[in-house]
Amino acid sequence: MTDDVVAVMKIGDTLLVALQGDLDDTTVIQIEEQLTREVARTGASGMLIDVSRLSVVDSFIARVLARIVAMVRLLGAQAAVVGIQPAVAITLVELGVQMGHLDTALNAEQGLALLERLRRNDTGTDRP
Amino acid sequence: MTTGAATARQPSVFDIVDESDLIRVRKVLRSEAESVRLNLVDATKLITAGSELARNILYYATGHRGRISVEQVCRQGRRGVRATFADDGPGIADIAAALTDGFSTRGSLGLGLPGARRLVDDMTLTSAAGSGTTVVIVKWQR
Repeated sequence: MTDDVVAVMKIGDTLLVALQGDLDDTTVIQIEEQLTREVARTGASGMLIDVSRLSVVDSFIARVLARIVAMVRLLGAQAAVVGIQPAVAITLVELGVQMGHLDTALNAEQGLALLERLRRNDTGTDRP
Repeated sequence: MTTGAATARQPSVFDIVDESDLIRVRKVLRSEAESVRLNLVDATKLITAGSELARNILYYATGHRGRISVEQVCRQGRRGVRATFADDGPGIADIAAALTDGFSTRGSLGLGLPGARRLVDDMTLTSAAGSGTTVVIVKWQR
């Protein structure tokens, strides 16, 4: 039996996850494990991680988010972080967390379009 | 004195001993930030800085424990939130290095202290090898 800490929705071959609440480090690690597991289990080609309901993203949470995206890519899928709150974005930049290499979008709808573009690019040449 | 005078309100004081206290630190800072009416960005910065400093205590302090005290302060009619993070840990031998981006003795990103300093209006770090560390941060309303 595995512990699911977040609800994962599957729409077509895309997984949608909405993070919320105040996350401690253990929960963040459990989410990381669950999401990588879900991508492998479902064979999804994309994942959107919606963080619009996170009012605080500190360096640890940001680092794990980046790690999840990297792991999902290793599994042959694409992942994007969507809905970063403006105050959180400002804070992350001043904190010095590098998230420039992450694919991000304003909201889930734009995230889906982004994943579509990434998938198309994927079939052509490899991402750098 | 850059940190301002404490107001009459009682400070919130509690021990930081495990991860659930990260959430408690964020909650207390949020409540005080709202109480002195920091704007959303400033409140987010204060809470995030506090989260970094509380995690430092859990990672680095002896026994992975320390204390936080949060209080409202006032200076020239402006209100603010002051949070003091203290531990009896090994202390920081090289404070200048610890305040440099990317410096870590533990394989982390090394953003905790320098990052927290950028997020607040004042940060004072007092430490010496063997005698614990105290970090005081203040965020003022605009």
